[in-house]
Amino acid sequence: MIANIGLAALWFAAALALLQLVGGALALTGKGQALAGLVRPAAIVQGLLVALSFAVLVILFCNTDLSVQLVAKNSHSAKPFLYKFAGTWGNHEGSMLLWVTVMGLAGGFLALVERRLPERTMLATLAAQAFVSIGFYAFLLFASNPFARSNPVPEEGLGLNPLLQDPGLAFHPPTLYIGYVGLSVAFSFAVGALITREVGPAFARAMRPWVLGAWIFLTIGITAGSYWAYYELGWGGWWFWDPVENASLMPWLAATALLHSVSVLAARDALRAWTVMLGVVAFSMSMVGTFLVRSGILTSVHSFAVDPTRGAFILALLAIYIGGALNLFAIRASTINEGKRFAVTSREGALVWNNVMLTGILGIVLIGTLYPLLAEMMGDQVSVGPPYFNPMTAVFFVPMLVVLAVGPLLRWKQDRLNRVRPMLFLPALLTVGGLVWAWSEGLAVLPLLGIGLALGLAFASLLPLRGRTFRTVTLPLWGMVLAHFGVAVALFGMAADSAFTTEKLVAARPGDTVQVGPWVVKLAQVDPVAGPNWTALQATIKARYDGGSPIILKPQARAFWSPQQGTSEAALATRWNGQLYAVMGEEAADGRWQLRLWWKPFVTMIWFGGLLIALGGLIALIGRVISDLRRLIAQDKIAYRRHRQGR
Amino acid sequence: MSETRPQSSTSPWVLWLPALVFALFVAVVAYNLRNPAERVVRSALVGKPLPEFSLPPAAAGQPGLARADLADGKVRVLNVFASWCIPCAVEAPQLAQLRASGVEVVGVAIRDRPDELRAFLTRHGNPFTRIGADNVSAIQFALGSSGVPESFVIDGKGVIRYQHIGEIRAEHLPMIIDQIDEARK
Repeated sequence: MIANIGLAALWFAAALALLQLVGGALALTGKGQALAGLVRPAAIVQGLLVALSFAVLVILFCNTDLSVQLVAKNSHSAKPFLYKFAGTWGNHEGSMLLWVTVMGLAGGFLALVERRLPERTMLATLAAQAFVSIGFYAFLLFASNPFARSNPVPEEGLGLNPLLQDPGLAFHPPTLYIGYVGLSVAFSFAVGALITREVGPAFARAMRPWVLGAWIFLTIGITAGSYWAYYELGWGGWWFWDPVENASLMPWLAATALLHSVSVLAARDALRAWTVMLGVVAFSMSMVGTFLVRSGILTSVHSFAVDPTRGAFILALLAIYIGGALNLFAIRASTINEGKRFAVTSREGALVWNNVMLTGILGIVLIGTLYPLLAEMMGDQVSVGPPYFNPMTAVFFVPMLVVLAVGPLLRWKQDRLNRVRPMLFLPALLTVGGLVWAWSEGLAVLPLLGIGLALGLAFASLLPLRGRTFRTVTLPLWGMVLAHFGVAVALFGMAADSAFTTEKLVAARPGDTVQVGPWVVKLAQVDPVAGPNWTALQATIKARYDGGSPIILKPQARAFWSPQQGTSEAALATRWNGQLYAVMGEEAADGRWQLRLWWKPFVTMIWFGGLLIALGGLIALIGRVISDLRRLIAQDKIAYRRHRQGR
Repeated sequence: MSETRPQSSTSPWVLWLPALVFALFVAVVAYNLRNPAERVVRSALVGKPLPEFSLPPAAAGQPGLARADLADGKVRVLNVFASWCIPCAVEAPQLAQLRASGVEVVGVAIRDRPDELRAFLTRHGNPFTRIGADNVSAIQFALGSSGVPESFVIDGKGVIRYQHIGEIRAEHLPMIIDQIDEARK
């Protein structure tokens, strides 16, 4: 019964999206001015209805209502409550419903609060947003109805992929989706601005919080996803260049470029067409990523229901939206005024460099991800891995870091390198010092460059604060400094992990000790343990760092029983200077147990740095929102005073 | 310092480049998307009733399997397997999952030995309600199956509704369940 409410709400929301599109389009052509007033309310009610539909699905999952096919296929009555709840979006249909829900709420919120832009641009933006939503509504209603019923009702559900039964992962997809949807708003803004040709600082200021918000969520999503892969897969690595990882990295790269170019547009009214282009590209990358993951066209460690029909549907949506937007861009871009000019050596110039380098990395990742598809057309099965990605992305990443150190010190419009050169002396010295030290340690090229650049960049990223007092540093400036410092921290973690990790694979009897790096590790015992829907063999390990007091670690080899699948739960001992990583393996024939141990110096810096980057974004966003609110209040006061004075 | 004009000095055809690259992407992907569909082979037996057969029990304490057991109105999965077949061990969790979701699974053990079969069922679980012993691969030929493992969805009238060649992997389960739901209608 309640499932019908969800389905009905979904249909009504789709109908309202259609009204929003048609109303907005007619109002723009001037034929239906009367409809213009309907567009904003339609967006708001649409958001509420689709949220209701999603809430219904959550309730069905929490109650394990097996009469709904989706619940029966993906849930199980014995599953812990958190995973019943998170199971709502741990499957294709549910995650698509979550996507349109976030999109509908974002559209509604936009309709409610955004008043800075010319009303025509707003109408075009909301119509574009509705146009994108309609595709996803159609996809849900016609190709992946989450509320379809099963008859007869099965006795028990089929469970959920045990790899996905992890609190971190339960919240990983929603985080990425919020990011993707934020980019969909940027896309709608870009399309709206292309239609009305109103690209300028006001447009950039309206778009910026959405880009910044999306970017924060994507940063957190990628950081958390990387940490999840690190401890859950039990391979000790933190980035695998897996297609699904690349699918999340590409929108982030585009969003990072967009974030910087939108700042140029907001502050200096330059880079107009380029910013619009990036607005289209950033969302395109989220759609392409979703398509690659969901169509099953690429093989990956991530599991998703694979269905060529659904793949074809998403591809059709892609072709319509992205193809349409790119064609619109090609037609309109030449008629958009280019905006203000600037010198090569200027803040804008540095940001253009940043954009070029980020776009380069994006291209490298895109080619590497798609190359297996091209090869398959030629009849070859290939997979592209770190030997391609690491050096190729480094070609663009290294110069980008140099620009990152110098750029924030430059003035807008025009500057001289001679002016900033004295400031860069110390960072350069640190970089060279780091390189020499790493060279003497005999490191490989990439870790060597990484450590040198991380040291120099860490210092250079703080330089924009020089000569300012605490009170004169604005929140967005704090945000920038923090995020850039985070890049240095993460880079240091990456370089240190690949340079200094020690690995030991041993077969040990209880009582044996193993030396790994500065750690002495003793296997104390192996016991069977049971959880709500799994059983496991658990090793108890006593690890001493450099003769200190022992730390107890309990890695497990888990066997889930519905569905039957084994996972290894790594155990970690975290210190300020790194992590000990222990994985429990198979039992050898003679009563010995396989143990895999890693000592990873400074590996935690990778995710700590990622979080710093996100935190920097958050502080900048808060700063922007506060100043936007101040401006709104000031405008209201002026309007009120004018009203009181009888105009 | 020279003034730069980041984009508008570009000639109009450059503006079409992104759209062109994207069109190329869509073409490549659409081609790849169509290809895997051609790999699916449909058995000639799908839609036909099961041939007549009667097999003795293969494992102690479990009944054997005959055609008559499979036409009583209930939809079942018939799994052709063997303890010596490695992919059969791979698909065991998926069969267990089908069983757990209330689908009856019956087995035909091909050229197997009782002690080895018992060890296989202990190690990988026993999802079967009945197991017939086919020591000369007779039923296998009759079913038009070419190897182990193979699985068939049999509807309530004893008609083969779906044939799955090779092991059932976790990603195949939703499709098989759809086939079972289809057979139940």
